[in-house]
Amino acid sequence: MTLLHAASRRELLLASGVLFAWAHLPKLARAEGRDPRLLVIVLRGALDGLAAVAPVGDPDWIKLRGDNALALDGRTPALPLDAFFALNPAMPNLHRLYRAGQATIVHAAATPYRDRSHFDGQDVLESGVGKVGAADTGWLNRALNALAPEGRVNPGSRKALAVGPVTPLVVRGPAPVMSWVPQRLPPASGDTTTRLLDLYSHTDPELARALESRIRLAAMARDGNMEAMKERGDGQLTTPVIERVRSYFADAAGTAAKYLARPDGPRVGALAFNGWDTHINEGIASGLLANLFGALDGAFHAIETGAGDAWPDTVVAVVTEFGRTARINGTLGTDHGTGTVALLIGGALKGGRVVADWPGLKASDLYENRDLKPTTDLRAVLKGLLKDHLRVDDRALAEAVFPGSEAVRPMDGLV
Amino acid sequence: MSLEPQSAALALHRFGLGPRRGSIAAIASDPRGALLAELDRPNIGQIDGSHLMTSAVAVRAAFEFRAERRSRQIVAQREAEERRRTMDNADPNTMVPPPTETTAAKPEEPNVVRDIVRGEANARFAAALGAEIGFAERLVWFWSNHFCVSADKVPSFAGAYEREAIRPHVLGRFGDILLAVETHPAMLFYLDNAASIGPNSVAGINRSRGLNENLAREILELHTLGVRTGYSQDDVISFAKALTGWSFIGAQVPEHGGEFSFIPRMHEPGAQAVLGKTYAQPDIEQGRAVLADLARHPATAEHIAFKLVHHFVADEPPPDLVARLAKTFRATDGNLKEMARVLVTSPESWDGRRGKLKTPGEWIVAGLRAAGVTEPNAERLLQAHALLGQPLWRPPAPKGYADDQGAWLDGMALRLDIANRFATQVAEALDPPALIDEVLGPLASNETRQTVARAESRTQAFALLLMSPEFQRR
Repeated sequence: MTLLHAASRRELLLASGVLFAWAHLPKLARAEGRDPRLLVIVLRGALDGLAAVAPVGDPDWIKLRGDNALALDGRTPALPLDAFFALNPAMPNLHRLYRAGQATIVHAAATPYRDRSHFDGQDVLESGVGKVGAADTGWLNRALNALAPEGRVNPGSRKALAVGPVTPLVVRGPAPVMSWVPQRLPPASGDTTTRLLDLYSHTDPELARALESRIRLAAMARDGNMEAMKERGDGQLTTPVIERVRSYFADAAGTAAKYLARPDGPRVGALAFNGWDTHINEGIASGLLANLFGALDGAFHAIETGAGDAWPDTVVAVVTEFGRTARINGTLGTDHGTGTVALLIGGALKGGRVVADWPGLKASDLYENRDLKPTTDLRAVLKGLLKDHLRVDDRALAEAVFPGSEAVRPMDGLV
Repeated sequence: MSLEPQSAALALHRFGLGPRRGSIAAIASDPRGALLAELDRPNIGQIDGSHLMTSAVAVRAAFEFRAERRSRQIVAQREAEERRRTMDNADPNTMVPPPTETTAAKPEEPNVVRDIVRGEANARFAAALGAEIGFAERLVWFWSNHFCVSADKVPSFAGAYEREAIRPHVLGRFGDILLAVETHPAMLFYLDNAASIGPNSVAGINRSRGLNENLAREILELHTLGVRTGYSQDDVISFAKALTGWSFIGAQVPEHGGEFSFIPRMHEPGAQAVLGKTYAQPDIEQGRAVLADLARHPATAEHIAFKLVHHFVADEPPPDLVARLAKTFRATDGNLKEMARVLVTSPESWDGRRGKLKTPGEWIVAGLRAAGVTEPNAERLLQAHALLGQPLWRPPAPKGYADDQGAWLDGMALRLDIANRFATQVAEALDPPALIDEVLGPLASNETRQTVARAESRTQAFALLLMSPEFQRR
């Protein structure tokens, strides 16, 4: 692993990775004889909720997405969840958990953010504050801070108290945090390369040719033409990106679960996976997005395995900054939208259901005639989990954790 | 007060090490003046080396380290043989099984040479990250590459060489930097002159050893006149003879090992004719006199002028600018600060086309500066330089690293990998759309601004910013 910059152990700890808070523990829940774990996974780039969980029972569904609509009788059939919804076939593991009552899907959900900038959307999602740029701390950290301090502080936490400037917003804040960084960092996604090639093709043909030829070379080596590889003596680019993504997702999520499972370990963690901004050739049933769903499904498996005996006490919340356009765009992708899904898995859930106040898919049903209309405030879901799983009290939830959310009632009955 | 943000951004990328936060605004009122003002600062271009070893001390420390290591290896070998012998006689039933190896990563073995290189690299990177503009550092890098040695051959003193022979003279006279370089033990060892013996010298006769032309040839071809500028093989031989005896004291000698020394008994006696002129000076003065004349040669003026423009301005240097700099060189007896002044104040130097591609080293440092990193980690940075094909102080040949885009274009995909890994570590704390103004300012195209603004994450946005044509070119 070559890192351009990793100045010190401390800085490594502060680098983005999997983050855990140690010093604050869910004392109240423990008094009930539980030892709850909560892991938050942020999908950066805005997940296409309709590609993850398709409303196959909606009469307007096929009309809306045509050949790109997942269907129970499609070439790769979607996996039925209930009479109305079906799951992307790239996630058999999630399907199994759902059938076992250990996964809940919330559909047509969104944060209060209604514009379409990733950075601002992620800020609102992670800060828990409705206004953009209004907070420099994250809701997860503030929720921890609202729990009673355990008094038992991990020996390493004093050092980790210095929460640095490179911690993801969702866990930044007053509660001390430490972090662990996977050995292998995520690869530059194919999407980043595509964007860069697009930029070069408009601004710098020389750079475009240089990058393109290297990518072709890597593809040749991948397809078994080893001559090209020998010529360069370079294996760096030859491991398929999706394999590196898979292994990164599984490594990061699985290790997070292992830490959370330890008797003396932290009880709350967060991590982020990039790559969900699918403007071009989305590949819902097979292709880009299907590959990412497969990697995410692998991460779920790694969490279940890593949690071990702690699985019955575990909840994982998978959230994204906003959804994508309901219709497919001119380049077989989708653009920035609004309503999307939140995926919850874990042995502590009362799962096996899709929670949705379905808005419909007719043009008049769509938000601004383009996006899935959000009917569930994502904060209600998160507040429900924090309240019933970790036992954060109502007042803290409404004031400190999601300020200004008094009107948004915590969702009941998730765990 | 008129502002020139466009020129300010260009100044920082083309002549400096890339903007840090606030850099463009700070020099926008007078970018050219700011570049020149940096050269007037006291101790500019120098590194406080009080915590570092001089090249001579480093060479002795490396010698001691290697000698001790060798002795330990020999002892270990003897002990292993001893064990084998006794084991042959031992009853296998009473033998204790060897301890199982632990899986824990082995801590790095102590290594004086590695520590010296890292310490020197760290000091160099720290100077680059700390520089306000970095014009003086860029000049150091330029001259260090022009007069390169390779750490593959001289690991313990490559860094000290730059501090001792290059840095003190980058704003001085060409004749001085030339003499400092060619009398430095690192160069004398790298280009084999330390062992070059005049065939008719006392040592030559007694040991029947002889001449090594390497240094003389490279001085003519690379350091001064330039290739195919009219010198002959006879000139090379005569010059090599003039340089015999330029050596250094053996590393094993306490107190003075590793220091430059002229050794009279290795010096070829008699006058030498180089480029049609006869040099009859005694001993070391003979070689000095040749160097002094080479430093004033019109071909040297032309060569240095071309290389400076080629490095800072364009892969195809504008002939007028080269001619102007060559004239300056001749008129000022190779005053390098004056050369830098004329370079910066010439209109051709501000061509907006930006055809130069940053070398890996320039690009890496610019990326760190853009991210606001102030403390370098030499080990990691050395790895990144090596991965991108520009391992620090290890050029493939005495000609130094290539200085045109053709050599580096091929590394784009690897740069993307590095950019992504770097962004993964630092981008969470950055605001890439706002950072564009700090880092590229008016140089940023609409396409680049849009690409960065539409990125799916801060990580992706920062990686794309580092990879944008405007950030990679200068």
